[in-house]
Amino acid sequence: MTSITKILTHAFEKDEGHVHIHIKEKPYSNPYLVGVGLGLVLLAAFVIMGRGLGASGALSTAVAVTVNKIAPKHAAQNNFYKEYVGDETTNPLMDWLIFQTIGVLVGGFISGTVSHRVKKGIEKGPRISTRMRLVYAFIGGGLLGWGAKLARGCMSGQALSGGAVLNLGSWVFMMMVFVGGYAAAYFMRRQWI
Amino acid sequence: MNAPFFKFEYFNTDVSLIIAFAIGIAFGIALEKGGFGRATILASQFYFTNMRVLKVMFTAIVTAMLGLYFFSVIGFVDLSLVYLTQTNMLPMVVGGLVAGVGFVIGGYCPGTSVVAFATGKIDAVVYVLGMIFGIFVFGEMFPSIENFFNSGFMGNVTIPSYFNLSYGLVVFLVVLMAIGAFAAAEWGEKKMSEKSGKEKV
Repeated sequence: MTSITKILTHAFEKDEGHVHIHIKEKPYSNPYLVGVGLGLVLLAAFVIMGRGLGASGALSTAVAVTVNKIAPKHAAQNNFYKEYVGDETTNPLMDWLIFQTIGVLVGGFISGTVSHRVKKGIEKGPRISTRMRLVYAFIGGGLLGWGAKLARGCMSGQALSGGAVLNLGSWVFMMMVFVGGYAAAYFMRRQWI
Repeated sequence: MNAPFFKFEYFNTDVSLIIAFAIGIAFGIALEKGGFGRATILASQFYFTNMRVLKVMFTAIVTAMLGLYFFSVIGFVDLSLVYLTQTNMLPMVVGGLVAGVGFVIGGYCPGTSVVAFATGKIDAVVYVLGMIFGIFVFGEMFPSIENFFNSGFMGNVTIPSYFNLSYGLVVFLVVLMAIGAFAAAEWGEKKMSEKSGKEKV
């Protein structure tokens, strides 16, 4: 997948160079309009499926299935892996969240392409090196993966979906994400501003 | 016709996967259009310079919440069939704090990292690798933290049921809170841009 993205972005950049036209990326949409759109997508998920959106679940299944393939005995002794692998009567990869997450990948690419925003790059502030940014990206991803599993969901499954159904734990999770984020923001300011 | 459709078996599991893919595409488009494929935009939420995250998030929650409320009042959606994640208070508090810290350090949350990945952001690729590592570490630790993971169990509990308030009242209060948050966000952004304007001069 990485190489596909690379090839695609590379092709895009080359194109620009040859034709000597600078294709300007479109500005992002009004946040309130996007919010209504996102809310309607979430509402559709509730009405059609009786469940909300998710993101971290798909990766958890992927990790559990991989561990189970490499060390089946080890995975069988672990309730976390067992829950995601299931009872082997159905294929754990034929899963709602996995298909939904592949959709997010496709949808993000379509939207980005249409608005000329698919561009190879690294997101960071001006005061941090590329290497440090990537180290932080790995650490942050690790913490979110770990924390989301402890909290039974991430920003999509808990804050957004659970928030809309007024789930008590989801609202507590959401508040704690903001508390944790604002508490750590000062120490991370060199990375972003 | 009654909803949730899947719960009333209007279609089977195979069809549900196609629906999952379609809903995922719409989810991805919304996130990308919101600017959530860029860590610099997401992180600016925590420096009060750009409050898009709060605006998009709360508008989405309010929209879906009002829709569900309306559909349940007219008897279209059976809310008891809509999935609720069980609440385990302390693990959710700790998990939320860790996730919040990870958000500022990594610059993405799991869903937004997928969109950033799709639009060519190298740091998002590394972030996803980190996430896989974090989930793996959690899995390996699980036997020793299983008791904590299951502690503070409160079952399927909502804000109305926990505080013994009517569903409609809580919906109304959340709308009020969101409007207040939007007003504060607009005001804060204006203040911050005035401040940075002065510094430049």
